[in-house]
Amino acid sequence: MSDPMAEIRASFFIECEELLESLQDGLTLMEDGNSESETINIVFRAVHSIKGGAGAFGLDDLVHFAHRFETAMDEVRTGRLAPDADAIRLFFTCGDVLADLVRAARDDTPLPESKTEPVLAQLDALVGAQDEPEEEDFDFTPATLSLDLAGGDLAMPNLPDIPGLPPLDLSQDDADPTLSKTDAASGLKGFTILFKPDASLYASGNEPLYLLRALRDMGDIEVSCNTDKLPNIAELDPELGHLEWTIKIATDEPMEAVREVFEFVDGLCVLEISPNSGGSNESLDGEFETASALPTCAPLTTADALEKEVKPLPAETALPDIMPAPSNVEKQDPSEVSPEPVEQQKPTPPTDKATETTKTAPTQPRATVRVDLERVDRLVNLVGELVINQAMLSQSVTEAGLPPNSPVSTGLEEFLQLTRDIQESVMMIRAQPIKSLFQRMGRIVRESSASVKKEVKLHTIGENTEVDKTVIERLADPLTHMIRNAVDHGLESPEKREAAGKPREGRVTMSAQHRSGRILIEVADDGAGINRKRVREIAIEKNLIPEDMLLSDNDIDNLLFMPGFSTASEISNLSGRGVGMDVVKSSIQSLGGRITISSVEGKGTTFSISLPLTLAVLDGMVVKVGDETLVVPLNAILETLTLTDDDLKSLGPDTHVVQIRGGFVPLLDLGAELGYRPPQGKYVGGTVLLIGQEDGNRAALAVDTIEDQRQVVIKGLEGSYGRVPGIAAATILGDGQIALILDPSDLVSQASGKTKQRNASVPLVG
Amino acid sequence: MSLEVLAVDDSRTMRDMLNLALSSAGFTTHLAEDGVHGLEVLSNIEPDVIITDINMPRMDGFGFMDAVRSEEKWGKIPILVLTTESADELKAKARAAGATGWIVKPFDPAKLVKALQMVTG
Repeated sequence: MSDPMAEIRASFFIECEELLESLQDGLTLMEDGNSESETINIVFRAVHSIKGGAGAFGLDDLVHFAHRFETAMDEVRTGRLAPDADAIRLFFTCGDVLADLVRAARDDTPLPESKTEPVLAQLDALVGAQDEPEEEDFDFTPATLSLDLAGGDLAMPNLPDIPGLPPLDLSQDDADPTLSKTDAASGLKGFTILFKPDASLYASGNEPLYLLRALRDMGDIEVSCNTDKLPNIAELDPELGHLEWTIKIATDEPMEAVREVFEFVDGLCVLEISPNSGGSNESLDGEFETASALPTCAPLTTADALEKEVKPLPAETALPDIMPAPSNVEKQDPSEVSPEPVEQQKPTPPTDKATETTKTAPTQPRATVRVDLERVDRLVNLVGELVINQAMLSQSVTEAGLPPNSPVSTGLEEFLQLTRDIQESVMMIRAQPIKSLFQRMGRIVRESSASVKKEVKLHTIGENTEVDKTVIERLADPLTHMIRNAVDHGLESPEKREAAGKPREGRVTMSAQHRSGRILIEVADDGAGINRKRVREIAIEKNLIPEDMLLSDNDIDNLLFMPGFSTASEISNLSGRGVGMDVVKSSIQSLGGRITISSVEGKGTTFSISLPLTLAVLDGMVVKVGDETLVVPLNAILETLTLTDDDLKSLGPDTHVVQIRGGFVPLLDLGAELGYRPPQGKYVGGTVLLIGQEDGNRAALAVDTIEDQRQVVIKGLEGSYGRVPGIAAATILGDGQIALILDPSDLVSQASGKTKQRNASVPLVG
Repeated sequence: MSLEVLAVDDSRTMRDMLNLALSSAGFTTHLAEDGVHGLEVLSNIEPDVIITDINMPRMDGFGFMDAVRSEEKWGKIPILVLTTESADELKAKARAAGATGWIVKPFDPAKLVKALQMVTG
């Protein structure tokens, strides 16, 4: 295993991304008016956790910024600051900067201060300047734990030598030899400590014995216990502290180090620490007597609580001279001797209350494993091969003429089902909610709207829609561009919007949903819509179309996708970066997707992207057209029908339509559209596939026969042949034959619609 | 001495670090993601000491400590609060909820171990 810290560091940055995501979620909720404390806490906690982790890795820039952000969120959390729209906008910006800082830290490329300072200044303006308060947070190191404090004379430079410390038997000291340097020769430096625990000290789970041990680790100690306050056994309340100790410690450590031993019990006891003075020897002896008087308490030890309080000292092997009583006490069964209520802690079944608490747990935390994406991809490919293999096997079984109820056939049936399950499970490994992508777009909206001085709000719908991880990654660039376009070109300026009777704040809506086996992503704005007159003019100016070309609205809208088209009369610094919608379109197509525009003047523009759910395997219908075998994606097929005379209507000289339940859809002759043969002209009794499209339009595809329905593995064609109109990809069928996979929507949109031979002239019917 | 430690923190990074620090020190480490989960884990083990974060979803450190302390059998398990804040107010609140001590993040593993030994003897 590699360096565990490096692994934790890597995992920290992954966690940061998750935290940044919940931060965005929380802020979005706040923006929508949710002011519940848990919502604010989500944001606070995200920042807080990032800070905590960053501190552990010494990522100071990140800590510094996160701290200031956290402070502001704390103000909100405690109700001292009302999160109005401006504040929330600033918090969003803070979230963005925080994300930048996280990535900068991850990639080890420091973010310039110019990125953080203005935001910090705004935070200061919001909550009031902070005097570097993080110092307070981070300089605190519990010195109880400090071993490396310089042992010096800091505390008592003038401490006189105290010759001879008879009671200190250094030979018996089992402490670290470096701590034993305080011996009679170097003289006693150290302190006298009066320690009187309150009952609350015991209640807090602290234990005087351990404190004494910690002191022992700092130097030689002499302990005396004052039992004067120990009441009569009848009056003894074991929950109360009755004992007090005087400890003399010989140490080179400064007083702070000694005091810090008591840090956790500060306020739970009376504590007096004074530097040892010359006369200490005498008092030491005196206290010794007190201590040695302890054994007389022994009879009382039947009282558990007392035992507890007495025991600590005896148990110390380092203090044998001081506490002669111990051994007998110490040898007792620990469970008997042991303290106060703790002792009852042996395995008792959980009480009802505890069980109840357990039951309230709404979800069991999910166990996760991080897997290299490459491994998953390999698995996906293997499943693809498995699907092909299974198809070939089925084919062989069929050809062998085995009856359907033969064991081989039934076994194969199960194999098929399993293959399908495996495939789905594997695809689920790669699927992720599209949320992370949407959140990144939130930032694009904020930044781009600020730079063009428009007021824009982003709405997201369906952010939990799961999409293949590869698809999500490859969608980032095209979506960014589309969002910038929407803000820059789609939406009007606030003034224009008001003049048009719209709210000043423009709205960009991103949605994702599964529709008929594909993912539909839409980016919509409520702007002015496409200015078709202007688009046409520009296209003519740029020689993209001839001046007299007749274009439908849809054709004009699609001009936006032509290479070299840009509508902004001045290229703004936002979207005009030499990357046009043509690039967006080709990136979507490379994902096997399609992009369409719809626009209503004055109401806005919507871009719709439709993507295949997976990039690897597809459910298809195998059809024959002429001599060719083709695969039609099953999800595009609404139904299959056999045409009757009544269904079929002629429309114009070249085309037919099919009447389906009162509606008409155009009939396309697949063989003719793909150029395999001329249109057949006669379709009655023939088979058609009713194809549904994202835009709701339908078409009927005439095929010769339907052969089968099966899963096929998608093998890309574009690498070898470029993009073929109407064809999405290819696959290998069970018999080893290669079949083309149809892209029905593309085919329909490019179709000629010719279903008749030129010479056949039929008048329009019905 | 092998201590059995329950560490409760909602941050995975922090849990990883605690796990590393504690396991390297030879302690048996149990991890939980928040107070509710902590109580679940606690009902199956008998740790010598508990470390808990304060700010966590579902049940925060205060709630968790309250719940632990309200069970007699858990009443005296030392609890160290793990926090980035060192404000006195917070310490007072933590103590009121039953904390034995506190560790300020970011922690030095050696100091963490010392603190654990400090409260467990």
